[in-house]
Amino acid sequence: MSKLASPHLLGLEGVSADDITLILDTTDTFREVLDRPIKKLPTLRGLTVLNLFYEPSTRTRISFELAEKRLSADTVSFTTSTSSVKKGESLRDTVQNIEAMKIDMIVVRHSSPGSPYYLTQCTNSNVINAGDGSHEHPTQALLDMYTIRKKYGKLDGLRVVLVGDVKHSRVIRSNVWGLKAMGASVALCGPSTLIPADVERFGCDVYTNLDEALEGADVVNIMRLQLERQQAGLFPSQREYTNLFGITKDRLKRLNNNFTIMHPGPMNRGVEISSEVADGESSVILDQVTNGQAVRMAVLYLLSGPEAEGPEA
Amino acid sequence: MNNAPVDMIISGGRVIDPALGFGKDAHVLIRNGAIAGIESDVQKLGDTSGATVIDASGKLVVPGLIDIHVHLREPGREDEETVESGCRAAAAGGFTAVCCMPNTSPRIDNQETVMFVQDRAKNADARVYVVGAITKGSEGKELSEIGDLVKVGAVAITDDGHWVENSEIMRRAMEYSKMFNIPVMDHAEESTLCASGIMNESFESTRLGLRGRPAVGEEIAVMRDIALCRATGARLHIQHLSTRRAVEAVRAAKAEGIRVTTEACPHHFVLTDEAIAKEFNTCLRVNPPLRSADDREAIIEGLIDGTIDCIASDHAPHAQEEKDCEFDLAPPGMIGLETTLGLVKTYLIDKGYLNWADAVAKMTINPAKMFNLPGGTLKTGSPADITIIDPDASWTVDQSKFRSMSRNSPFIGWKLQGQVYRTILGGRVVFEREA
Repeated sequence: MSKLASPHLLGLEGVSADDITLILDTTDTFREVLDRPIKKLPTLRGLTVLNLFYEPSTRTRISFELAEKRLSADTVSFTTSTSSVKKGESLRDTVQNIEAMKIDMIVVRHSSPGSPYYLTQCTNSNVINAGDGSHEHPTQALLDMYTIRKKYGKLDGLRVVLVGDVKHSRVIRSNVWGLKAMGASVALCGPSTLIPADVERFGCDVYTNLDEALEGADVVNIMRLQLERQQAGLFPSQREYTNLFGITKDRLKRLNNNFTIMHPGPMNRGVEISSEVADGESSVILDQVTNGQAVRMAVLYLLSGPEAEGPEA
Repeated sequence: MNNAPVDMIISGGRVIDPALGFGKDAHVLIRNGAIAGIESDVQKLGDTSGATVIDASGKLVVPGLIDIHVHLREPGREDEETVESGCRAAAAGGFTAVCCMPNTSPRIDNQETVMFVQDRAKNADARVYVVGAITKGSEGKELSEIGDLVKVGAVAITDDGHWVENSEIMRRAMEYSKMFNIPVMDHAEESTLCASGIMNESFESTRLGLRGRPAVGEEIAVMRDIALCRATGARLHIQHLSTRRAVEAVRAAKAEGIRVTTEACPHHFVLTDEAIAKEFNTCLRVNPPLRSADDREAIIEGLIDGTIDCIASDHAPHAQEEKDCEFDLAPPGMIGLETTLGLVKTYLIDKGYLNWADAVAKMTINPAKMFNLPGGTLKTGSPADITIIDPDASWTVDQSKFRSMSRNSPFIGWKLQGQVYRTILGGRVVFEREA
């Protein structure tokens, strides 16, 4: 069985095209399993996965939990509302206590950038980053790339535009690293107050004019607008954001034929994306969700060590 | 020369005293805790029987180093550092005097707390000069009783950790400080731009997704306070300068004759923000943050041309459990008393940026003059505060050897050149390097 270079998936920065390709190829196999009447495999039987969610999450947590269950892992989930965080226990103590109950893998979401790396210093488990602050969200980017690849058969040479809050988006960061590694051309677009310092060094084209950004693109991946950014003074109003950056049907004519509309969810319909676009025939938003589960199965499987059995079993 | 017998001779080292313009092999004589003279000619030493002799051949003998920016954490956080342990760390780092910052608990914004710290320092291994708070509780709202603070020995005022955001309060603090001829020390980071930032705003903060503290925040704060200094004629001391623009602002102000002085910290001339990505080491979280390579270069240029008057550690002890956490949840600050000298030698002197005399001046006579402190020179009659340095010693920073009670140094494991050999405080050996 082929293996990834790292026993953890902390981010896509520095991950090779070979490793990404391995994950996407493996995803294909698991994606097929999801169309079977019996969607369960013995792959992770006997292994225990901890879902450590320090931030509210619905779809990512459910997606991971289902991926784990479909692979026959024992799973335990921990979220802030039921956690001992409020009692003031440190992340190290919390995770070491749970690990003492014999777990093998940790899926972590946390508001602090770098906290998944920190966990690797505290535990012996494989760590999967399910979103660390504004830093990375690698499985989301992998599922985005998988979805694109499934449609076009490749990533190399495609033009992908990521629209939204570039400054605070972990989804954008992970997409940038992954897409660049795979040879896609990447454009970023958002209000100038949500474009972070020296962003050009990602090696992307950066736009504050949406129409220019969309010109000649194949894929538009639209980020959710966090409404609290408006309260922080980063843009004047939701109305103006929608006027400048909302994706509506008439803006799509600048895209290449056979274009694709993506959104990692949850959507603010009528804000960053119109319902017409979200529900249109070019939208793969629900495919992303399904593929996300398969990507997470692939990642869990590839990180799970030599005892795991492949999907053919 | 007084012919009475001397108590101690530091023999055969190269004596460097920038205040005296002295820089050659000589013997330093100590009598009754004070410098009794520097003698180059061994024949003229007179009666040396009974004197303790410290062989300093191959070593540098310099005035006891002074660090004008340290946090001793007492009162309030005696689990992180005490006056006593901080002074032990100072002695081990070659410092015979430190200025301690007022952000203790309670704050040093009243006479009682100044005197408490002074009392704790009575038998310590370094002289402790207390810096009082500019405003009560360092809340930036009302002036502390600065006259009271100075009366019992406060040598300066600062709200270190915070900028005094209210320009009117800062103006009054500067005006008021003039009555006592003390410097106003300034943590210059514009608070509305910087308050929520975790690290320098740059490509590094962009790729790590950590909130930025922009360089322009320091530039604005420095420029406002230079303007207030010009308007009031007060003495302004800008702490831990970290950006190119701020260095340029100070350079222009000095050229204009404004009474502004500055310090730079070793971490700002050694490290850059690129270090954080390697492993999110919480010891690298510090305010002002580690900056870009260009800023680092500007700090070095400022040290070379004298825009930056002195080198200070901003020694900031933190408990292990408070730094063992997520990067953005860690308190800012790193310890520095025991690594400053090695970093100065390795990253300024060995790189050819400063010679020993210039580097020593920035840790002796310059801070002494700026803060009206005794010492900083080996002039006859001065307190016998002396640091003997082994300039060629190569050593590895070992956390188990720290005298500080805290361990939050990003330099643990680093190989440095130049190490303290002996530290002498008022004629008493307070630190002796084990062979």
